[in-house]
Amino acid sequence: MPIWSACFVISDLLYRTLRMIDQIHDLYDSLERQRILLSFKGDLTPELVTALLGLVERKMEVIEPDAKGRKRVFNVVMECLQNLYHHNERPDHGSSDAPSEAEPHGVVMIAQLDDGYSILTGNFMAGKDVVRVKEHLDRINGMKPDELREFYRTTLNNGQFGERGGGGLGMIDIARKSGGKLEYGFVPFNDYSAFFSLNVNVTT
Amino acid sequence: MDPLQLEGTSKTPHVHFDPGTGNLELKGRSIPENSIDFYKPLIDWLDRYGRTSAGNTTLSVQLEYFNTSSSKCILDLFKKLEGIRAQGNEVSVLWHYEEDDEDMLEAGEDYAGIINVPFRMIQIQEVDEK
Repeated sequence: MPIWSACFVISDLLYRTLRMIDQIHDLYDSLERQRILLSFKGDLTPELVTALLGLVERKMEVIEPDAKGRKRVFNVVMECLQNLYHHNERPDHGSSDAPSEAEPHGVVMIAQLDDGYSILTGNFMAGKDVVRVKEHLDRINGMKPDELREFYRTTLNNGQFGERGGGGLGMIDIARKSGGKLEYGFVPFNDYSAFFSLNVNVTT
Repeated sequence: MDPLQLEGTSKTPHVHFDPGTGNLELKGRSIPENSIDFYKPLIDWLDRYGRTSAGNTTLSVQLEYFNTSSSKCILDLFKKLEGIRAQGNEVSVLWHYEEDDEDMLEAGEDYAGIINVPFRMIQIQEVDEK
């Protein structure tokens, strides 16, 4: 191999290494700037939910002096992670033989704000459920705190509960603990699936 | 009838149901993904207790956190207590909440509003998870 070509290989490797170092530094910088406590994308298992909750709890103990705020954040994160765990669906292509190209992964990110925390989650869901979920969220967003509490009570007492046990209480509880509006959106993925994003702000 | 005793974990509460004294205890965290799996044996136990050996009964609930998946199961426990009370036994719930934890106090009030069993709200310093 001629000398110049060996030099090229080395400089290419060097270039790629430097670029990678830059990217990692950018990532670190961006996580730092946005005050990200936790960012995770992947398949959740009960063990992972436990581990992520433990991590959030430890970090919150260090950065958040208000015990009530800490508990509210923990509660919202717990409900959001368990929503992801239960609704961790692979996007449906309408046919069982067509392998899905997108992964069934959910995503979660927790950021510290000046006046609280932002808990963002995203997951795929069946397109046919979008209208029902949207109506449920709009109904919750239209309620004052005392109405939300009443809605929680009636849902708890009369609600139909599936095997997962929650029966629509999760979002009501998240809204109660947040004290703010649930910010959400649906991005159509194909005829059968949509990507659901939710942002919950907890003021402390 | 045997007592029901379960060690607490990071996601499930410590349980001690004593049929001899009628003291039932639920303490710690109740945040499992599948609450029905965890609560079914408790509800079955209360069902047998109600049919065979129930007397005066006190359920002490001292939870630091519980998820919405647990909340319906906890309601089912309370409904069993309602039945035991309807048989003429004295039944009460001691609902503990940590100082400043209005959310846990409200949760207790929500149950008290649904269930026909007297609730006593007890403020504590911190939930001892043992």
